[in-house]
Amino acid sequence: MDWLSKNLPYLMAGISVGGQYALIAIGYTMVYGILRLINFAHGDIFMCAGLIMVYSVTVMPMYLAIPFVLVTTVLIGFLVERVAYKPLRSAPRMSVMISAIGVSYLLQNLALYITGGLAQQYPTIPWISDVITVFGVTTKRVTVITPFLVILLVVSLVFLIQKTKIGMAMRAASKDFETSQLMGIKINSVISFTFIIGSFLAAVGSLLFFSNYTGVTPTVGAMPGLKAFVAAVFGGIGSIPGAVIGAFIIGISENIIKGLGWTTFSDAFTFALLIVVLICKPTGLFGEAATDKV
Amino acid sequence: MKKKLMSVVVAASIAAMSIGAVPAMADTVKIGVYEPASGDNGAGGKQETLGMQYANSIAPKVEIGGTEYDVELDIVDNESSNDKGPSAASKLVGDGVSVVLGSYGSGVSIAASDIFKEGGVPAIGVTCTNPQVTQGNTHYFRICFLDPFQGSVLANFASENFGAKKAYCLAKLGDDYSQGLVFYFTKAFEALGGEVVKADFPEGNSDFTSYITEAKNAGCDVFFTPTSTEAAANTIEQAAAQGLEIPLLAGDTWDSNVILNAAKGKNVKIYVTTFYQEGGNADFDTGMKEFINSDATNVANNGGDDTIAAVSAMGYDAYFTALEALKAAGTTDPAAVNEALWNVTYDGVSGHIEFDSENGDAIRSSAFVKVVNTETGAWDFVSEQTVSE
Repeated sequence: MDWLSKNLPYLMAGISVGGQYALIAIGYTMVYGILRLINFAHGDIFMCAGLIMVYSVTVMPMYLAIPFVLVTTVLIGFLVERVAYKPLRSAPRMSVMISAIGVSYLLQNLALYITGGLAQQYPTIPWISDVITVFGVTTKRVTVITPFLVILLVVSLVFLIQKTKIGMAMRAASKDFETSQLMGIKINSVISFTFIIGSFLAAVGSLLFFSNYTGVTPTVGAMPGLKAFVAAVFGGIGSIPGAVIGAFIIGISENIIKGLGWTTFSDAFTFALLIVVLICKPTGLFGEAATDKV
Repeated sequence: MKKKLMSVVVAASIAAMSIGAVPAMADTVKIGVYEPASGDNGAGGKQETLGMQYANSIAPKVEIGGTEYDVELDIVDNESSNDKGPSAASKLVGDGVSVVLGSYGSGVSIAASDIFKEGGVPAIGVTCTNPQVTQGNTHYFRICFLDPFQGSVLANFASENFGAKKAYCLAKLGDDYSQGLVFYFTKAFEALGGEVVKADFPEGNSDFTSYITEAKNAGCDVFFTPTSTEAAANTIEQAAAQGLEIPLLAGDTWDSNVILNAAKGKNVKIYVTTFYQEGGNADFDTGMKEFINSDATNVANNGGDDTIAAVSAMGYDAYFTALEALKAAGTTDPAAVNEALWNVTYDGVSGHIEFDSENGDAIRSSAFVKVVNTETGAWDFVSEQTVSE
């Protein structure tokens, strides 16, 4: 029991942070699956969701603010695709990537301008921010809910992709972009839909992440974004289950490393792990050619 | 703010014309303000700058060598970044300032030191506490106490007040301020017979839960974490969520309303050392509060209320120290100001300021310790702590 109460906090933090990385990683992996584009602005959309929450609770009650954050974040994701990526659809892939980096810096600097560069305190969301005790370990309720919520969202996402018409269109687009266009799939709406799902999950991730780690700064999206990207590559970019499992592995192992006392190396470890996986299995854990790349 | 300045300028020039005796071009002496307004230390930097602006508002003129000069603050943003600081510093040198004040944060001060040296401009460090800022140079002065002193004050405080035997020390990787302070704390704490568990967190980290768990598991008596206020807000939040019972200790950086806001209503104990305690000088307190409340921008820069930060008091003292140096030099020539600074003494709101003849550091012998009152969200004075020999 003593051993449990000493080590459980690391595991819980790891699973919870892993779940939050997973929600961001899905956005990376889906966009890559269809467009073969690494959407560098994704971490910043996550940050925007946090900032919108900070500012929206000052003008509206919490039960309105949460749906408002989800809707506006989705809108930002949608607009970013329409404005910065769609006009470059036939351009070389490198141009789109540079455009993504541009969007990333644009969002960061806009946030810098709005916040004045200071950390904003994230509002307390009732119920999920309550402090609870699990097996003698004190933590916030959000830590415990996160993994379940993530699994629920992922299952419904997989269902959406496997069973619905738009899901089929997404699968087709990820298999062969041009052919699916010739087959009458409205490729632009499929892509927009992908960005909408990705941004929605990033917004949910931000609600969970910032409830635990309450400071929102303009660059706060960079690290979680990078880690989620690593998770997506780790699991095999393009594969949703891969991204989720990769995210949990990264979240848990970086907290175990901290628990072992090697706090200095927790980030170094994450990226070393990426290198090792890429050397041994260049396509990532689940990134085989046969996998559906959605 | 700008509009206000404009109207002041317009009013002044109209007045000048009507009198007719004042020369059209009033003599101006520029004081550079090298402070962060964004990044990790943006909150503190803005408050320190506010102190200087307040000082400037009550003493906008200075007599140098028989001529009256208007004092102009030339404010740049070093973005709390060791890479971007030097270019901000170059701008000040290029603008021809006579003396520079700043910065909040030791890393950026060290980064800009050579720029000021080459430009021949003296600098007065306001709240940069790392010894390396002034070590081995003759152009960088400082009016606050140093990390070795602050570290030992905190170590003494921990062992005297809490009977602490084991301390958990958390610093940020690559950050001169927190690493330095942890180093000196460790040295003093071990000399007092204590034991230290040290940990580091990387840049951009916002998950401190594992560090808090580690501190609990190791059975530490105090949690020493002299980090930037951004990391601090997260640490406090998570310490409260995880029910950390041991007190959090930190240095002067934590003396900020960011900490108060983060800690308000939570079950945490937070002790910090600082330069100035609100209530230390009633005149300064009232004046400063009026100045802050006179302008919405000032309130925003002060973090949304009129709590007086110790760094504002230090910024205020730094400004008057610079004026003393200008008066003593009798000219606006930076080299002469540099020479004059060695012998400047000034009794400020934070205490007596005098520079030692070796590094140009202020001679200080005690620091204030204060604690967060989590009910009212204000600072409560604890003691004036000195180092036991």
